[in-house]
Amino acid sequence: MNDNRELSRTPLHGWHIAHGGRMVDFAGWSMPVQYTSIVEEHQATRQSVGLFDISHMGRLVIDGPDAARFLGSLLTRRIDDMAPGQVRYSLICNEQGGVLDDVLVYQIQLPEGGLSGFGLVVNASNRAKIVQWLHQHRGDLGVGIDDKTSEYSMIAVQGPRAIELLDSASDCELTSLRYYHGVMTRVASFRAFVSRTGYTGEDGCEIICDAADAAIIWTRLMERAEPMGGAAVGLGARDTLRLEAGMPLYGHELSEQISPIQAGLAFAVNLRGREFLGRDAIAAAQQNEQLPVRVGLQLEGKRAAREGAVILQGDRPAGEVTSGTFSPTFQRPIAMGYVKPSAAAPGAPLAVDIRGQHHAAQVVPLPFYQRGK
Amino acid sequence: MKPADLLYAKTHEWVAVADEGGAKVATVGISAFAVEALTDLVFIELPKVGARVQAEQPFCEVESVKAVSDVYAPVTGEVVEVNARLPDRLEVLSSDPYGEGWIAKIRISDESNLAKLMNYAAYQKQCAEEGA
Repeated sequence: MNDNRELSRTPLHGWHIAHGGRMVDFAGWSMPVQYTSIVEEHQATRQSVGLFDISHMGRLVIDGPDAARFLGSLLTRRIDDMAPGQVRYSLICNEQGGVLDDVLVYQIQLPEGGLSGFGLVVNASNRAKIVQWLHQHRGDLGVGIDDKTSEYSMIAVQGPRAIELLDSASDCELTSLRYYHGVMTRVASFRAFVSRTGYTGEDGCEIICDAADAAIIWTRLMERAEPMGGAAVGLGARDTLRLEAGMPLYGHELSEQISPIQAGLAFAVNLRGREFLGRDAIAAAQQNEQLPVRVGLQLEGKRAAREGAVILQGDRPAGEVTSGTFSPTFQRPIAMGYVKPSAAAPGAPLAVDIRGQHHAAQVVPLPFYQRGK
Repeated sequence: MKPADLLYAKTHEWVAVADEGGAKVATVGISAFAVEALTDLVFIELPKVGARVQAEQPFCEVESVKAVSDVYAPVTGEVVEVNARLPDRLEVLSSDPYGEGWIAKIRISDESNLAKLMNYAAYQKQCAEEGA
């Protein structure tokens, strides 16, 4: 890949620059890793509300008479029973049962023409691969595949006061919106699809709006968020938040070599009565008791176990860290990684090799963080 | 210490050289620019007293929420003292990077690297370029 290539910019790029966003290349996008401090942005989200520009994520629309059948043949999870406005977390796997991407599927009722269709939100890093994968498997089905990433923008509003903020800024009453459901409404008087979803472990919503309206919506939301102790949040805190919430990140906990079963994502796989790509391999993985599995690790001290660090049981390698950080909420290092099943039981005393030194680590149940009800 | 009186390595360490009993001793820390860039520091692994360090080689590690970063020795020599209180009050790295935030003192055994260090004006210019 050419290092000098122009990075893609979201409609909020100018705002990020103007507000001290430290910009980095993330999957070919110029994105803010932080504005003030990862810890401050993390705490603002846990205690009040955080606003995240997630416009870099891929937004695809799959429509046409065979849309449900087509997606059903590729997604690990059943979608033919979804109600309009419903959202589901699913995986797309290859023939070997390895994860190509983890996605959100939106059942959308398209007003024009009355066709029902689906929205697919995919990882920025996997967008080109998934678009190609969809085209490759379309065959002669009656399906439209449209990459609408640049036409729309996406903003996440997350935290205990997220719904309060959005209720005050939108035309609908979001308190009654069920988790993993969405609704077409107006935010700051602009048309937007708002779903009760997120990637932080907090209550909150994700907003999909026209790219042209994103900057005004964002500014209006920030005006309301700041007096509440809210903040704009960069990718740095997005990562620490999702890590505390035990959520996998593609390229770390998920890859084409890892099955959903190993990743602890069996809830996102419906095997019974269905045929889809990777199904047989996933069924086999379910019976295989030798495969490494995803665990949460809690460490002593202050040194974080980072991606690639070797996990030890006694003096023997038992696995590898896939993500790790110093947890702002718990004030100690936490990590996720894959270990062999004999080392995976909660409480199992392990160690992690951090730059040549062995640090005690313990398997703990995921998620690390669960919000109070 | 005043930032204008210090020398700087291109890897953002500052150096104050003093004569102590005939030997040149360098007090070393990291610049305000570097601390600002790191943010959210949680840990420092100090070098050991007595350690032989080589100019431009890592001799200390600082860890933030985001990542681990090496601190490079700006001079060659032996570590004769470390700021042992620093790990328990990392906040002084940002509040007083050129004073209370000092990291270690190195007795210089080979002065050749001193010529490579920048004065304040040259270092400010580098920071302006990196910050742009």
